[in-house]
Amino acid sequence: MPEPTSTWLPRPSLRFIAVWRRNLLVWRKLLVPSMLGNFGEPILYLLAFGYGFGRLVGDLDGMSYMVFIASGIICSSAMFTASFEGMYSAYTRMAEQNTWLGMLATPLTLDDIVFAEAIWAASKGLISATTILVVAAVLGLVSDARALLALPVIFLAAFTFGALALVITALARSYDFFLYYFTLAVTPMLLLSGVFFPLQELPNWVQTLALALPLAHVVEIVRPLMTGSWPASVWPHLAVIVGYGAAAIILATALIRRRLLR
Amino acid sequence: MVGIPQTPGPPLSAIRIQQLCKTYDGIAVVDGVDLEIATGEFFGLLGPNGAGKTTTLRMLLGLTPIDGGQVEVLGLPMPEGEREVRKRLGIVPQFDTLDPDFTVIENMRTYAAYFGLSGATVQARIDHLLEQVNLNDKRGARINALSGGMKRRLTLARALINEPEVVVLDEPTTGLDPQARHHLWRQLRQLRASGVTLVLTTHYMEEAQELCDRIAIIDHGRIIACDRPSRLIAEHIEPWVVTVGGSEAGTAIEQEIGARDRAHQVADTWLVYTAEPDRLRERLRARGLEPTLREADLEDVFLKLTGHELRD
Repeated sequence: MPEPTSTWLPRPSLRFIAVWRRNLLVWRKLLVPSMLGNFGEPILYLLAFGYGFGRLVGDLDGMSYMVFIASGIICSSAMFTASFEGMYSAYTRMAEQNTWLGMLATPLTLDDIVFAEAIWAASKGLISATTILVVAAVLGLVSDARALLALPVIFLAAFTFGALALVITALARSYDFFLYYFTLAVTPMLLLSGVFFPLQELPNWVQTLALALPLAHVVEIVRPLMTGSWPASVWPHLAVIVGYGAAAIILATALIRRRLLR
Repeated sequence: MVGIPQTPGPPLSAIRIQQLCKTYDGIAVVDGVDLEIATGEFFGLLGPNGAGKTTTLRMLLGLTPIDGGQVEVLGLPMPEGEREVRKRLGIVPQFDTLDPDFTVIENMRTYAAYFGLSGATVQARIDHLLEQVNLNDKRGARINALSGGMKRRLTLARALINEPEVVVLDEPTTGLDPQARHHLWRQLRQLRASGVTLVLTTHYMEEAQELCDRIAIIDHGRIIACDRPSRLIAEHIEPWVVTVGGSEAGTAIEQEIGARDRAHQVADTWLVYTAEPDRLRERLRARGLEPTLREADLEDVFLKLTGHELRD
């Protein structure tokens, strides 16, 4: 029996795959409404802003506005999808349906479950980003095959956003609580991270704030890959995304442990 | 150390608990519990609400951190052995944790997957278990379409998917009608007969008396009695209970009660615990009252040991 070296570091096992599969099976049953939310809405944004604003804005950073926001919306949709999954859906499984409690009657541990939920949120973020990528490619908004390299980055980012959402879920007493996080974190990130307009347009202090949060770094890597160039730098941006993700999964596991296993 | 040759095999005790403690906000909810449950035994854990039953069970399953003392399940220390232990345990929780997004059969398959079980063997086992709990014709039904009794049966079937050595049931029959309860009892007796160790908590004393080989009564976090049901009754209470109601009953009993009898009032009914019921009944009848007589049972023991006050 290996002695736990630390009690705060999550130690998930491969059994987490069974939890991930459970979520996948449920998702398959509710495919249509789920896809409408995760995919339909960002496409509407893309088309409305792209065509509507595009004519007014003209070219941005040497690309058409439509191309510019397509690469941004891929990132933001991954954030939204993973955040929703980590909050509303995970909270339902934790607090309303006692799904996690049922799992804890099996060889699954809390570490497995929380990790699986974050990976599942990442998977859903990846699914919606991929579908948008396909549509963007069909519309001619993607330059070359380098865009495929954006997908692993999206998956990692969606894991981070899912894990951050699970931290909020661990603290939530009802669904209303999630509005705080959306209003205070998700929406500001959406508006200030270079999704709809270049970060450089903003005052310096806002740029600093935006770069302290993960989404801006996701956009910095993904946009060049989708528009046919290589990112100026990758590792510093990845470090921020991974740092947030690691801290969030550790904190989420500890908080959910304190909540459920007391 | 010169060892006596030991034969590897199942430990004699399925569960061993020593000086177990749990404190919430400075209040000792479990306060020095010692228990030893033998392999193959059907063990009942009784106690009023808040006595520490569920907390004890949760520590047993690795679902609550242990503040003091030791817990060993199937020879493995808890909580370190939680994964290995839960592989070999079946758990029927107090509240349903069935997956409402799945049908009956999907619930079984998904739960099996949590144990790492899949394939043809598991499918055969699922068929067999659904047959056993009379849910074969409900395979495709959604959980919300099941009655309370069906949900409990499915929960039991699910808990048996891994062919557990120990089955832990936390108030499994609460809210069931008598038919459903008797059906569940039959299932539990079959498990007992096949050598499975069972640990049950319940608020129904006749259920515990009916099913359990041995019973522990827990209150304020301590075991206050632990023995076979018949011995608990023989040891802790007078063998007969005379019951009498009506406005005259109070005074009548005050005057007629024997020196070694105990009287207790519940609402407007009096209970007299006695070894000599005949004399008392005659006297009460002579006063125009209509006493009834029954044998003392586990519920009387329980109320004597834990008191009649309401617990919240």
